[in-house]
Amino acid sequence: MKLGLVVDLDTCVGCHGCATACKQWNTSGTIGPLSDKDPYGRDPSGTWLNRVRTYEVGDTPNSKTVHMPMSCMHCEDAACVTVCPTGASYKRKEDGIVLVDQDKCMGCNLCSWACPYGARELDPQEGTMKKCTLCVDRIYDEKLPEAERQPACVLTCPTSSRVFGDFDDPNSEVSRLTRERSGQQLMPELGYNPVNTYLPPRNKKVVESYQFKPSLGATVKQWVNKVITR
Amino acid sequence: MHPAFSVLIFTVTSGAGYGLFALMVLAQLAGLNALQDSTLLLSGGVLALLMITIGLLSSTLHLANPKNAWRSFARFRTSWLSREAVFAVLFYPVALLYLFGIYVQGSELSALYSACGVVAAMLAMVTLFCTSMIYASLKTIRQWCTALTPLNYLSMGLMSGALCLATLQALLQDGLSPALRSAGLGLIALGAVAKLIYLFWIGKPAGATIKTATGFTQASVRLLDAGHSAGTFLTNEFGYTVAANKLLRLRFAMVALAFVVPFLLLLQGHAVATLLAALLALAGLLVERWLFFAEARHVVRLYHGDQRT
Repeated sequence: MKLGLVVDLDTCVGCHGCATACKQWNTSGTIGPLSDKDPYGRDPSGTWLNRVRTYEVGDTPNSKTVHMPMSCMHCEDAACVTVCPTGASYKRKEDGIVLVDQDKCMGCNLCSWACPYGARELDPQEGTMKKCTLCVDRIYDEKLPEAERQPACVLTCPTSSRVFGDFDDPNSEVSRLTRERSGQQLMPELGYNPVNTYLPPRNKKVVESYQFKPSLGATVKQWVNKVITR
Repeated sequence: MHPAFSVLIFTVTSGAGYGLFALMVLAQLAGLNALQDSTLLLSGGVLALLMITIGLLSSTLHLANPKNAWRSFARFRTSWLSREAVFAVLFYPVALLYLFGIYVQGSELSALYSACGVVAAMLAMVTLFCTSMIYASLKTIRQWCTALTPLNYLSMGLMSGALCLATLQALLQDGLSPALRSAGLGLIALGAVAKLIYLFWIGKPAGATIKTATGFTQASVRLLDAGHSAGTFLTNEFGYTVAANKLLRLRFAMVALAFVVPFLLLLQGHAVATLLAALLALAGLLVERWLFFAEARHVVRLYHGDQRT
């Protein structure tokens, strides 16, 4: 199995719901707590496993606002696991999930340096590295109804922009979406072979933008206004 | 990259310690006249071990959870940090055995103790190499991911080690030995050339851009909103930014302190001048190491709005 996420950049509205649901679930999950420092103060900071950033792609008037949620890509060649000196970071053989054993981590930060996606954040209070677990404590929980055995971010997404599944199965929804909508990896040139893919926005019909053309009278009035100072 | 002071102290002092030990042992075994003196060898050995120990202790200060530091020997097969830890610990018994040999037999060592010296010198260099590979193995930081990084660490370690050795020799015996002086001058020149090549090399634009980071390779991409109103772990660790003119001033200070002034002082050859050269070079190397971090630009910065690294 090769579990991972597909993120649809066409439909994501950047509501940060995934990040919040993730924090809510995981702060009391297997790697919790995700501590906050000075949460209501002047300079708050905290440990988050999901970050949503917003970009402007293209130039006006042909530009588009793209929201890009990012979490661990569960890379096939995970450098964060290779560089870890203590053996705290590991990649599971059975499903490819990259995890941090909180009891072994010494908080040296080297794995976060090796990660190009900013997926790992040091929890200053716990002194250990925290990262997305793909909600490993949810997806295998047989006490939950089957429809709920999915990561918290996927369940909460109001626009269904996040899809969870097995990339090794060619008939799974994640494989189908990646195939049909040209899902792509981020920064593939670094060679980490991330599992998560991002679906680029669909091509939409070009909307003719309104061209403002002032009348002759208005132009003359503009000139007069420029010449005469009150 | 945020320059953690404990890591700067660690790499500079332990680098000088390993360089001092390796050079001293090799020069003694090669039969250099000035180094057939057990007082000099023992004080050099103690100074080297002291610097290495201070460095290693300082390195544990940047750990957020140091109670698990003993686990860092676990991943010798893949992690350069783990290899560094293993070799650093292996170095101690062999180095102490060599120094014990000097204490017992003077500079006329038996084959066993000489072998210990060779192994200790090799372990010193290997540990220094492993330290540099921690940085050179990170594909996420193009300013570090180069063969120039180990070259820099090794040449700077040997250079500062040679200056420490020359200082001890000049202070304990009457005047600086010409062989150590030329070795020091040569290693300063090597270090300066290695550093200048590195500075030119990182000045060239290369590596990932915001386009490959976001996947939009056909259009311009600008950050509109980073998603947080205050700093995060990522911006604190990787977003470290210094004004370009300050970097330039520090580069000049580094070249002057670490290379030019020590070179001129060593040419002069007086014992006090040699001591001053060694101290200035160590200060210069602290600036050099600070710049090594401050000028390194991690690819995560692309997601926070940098157009290129």
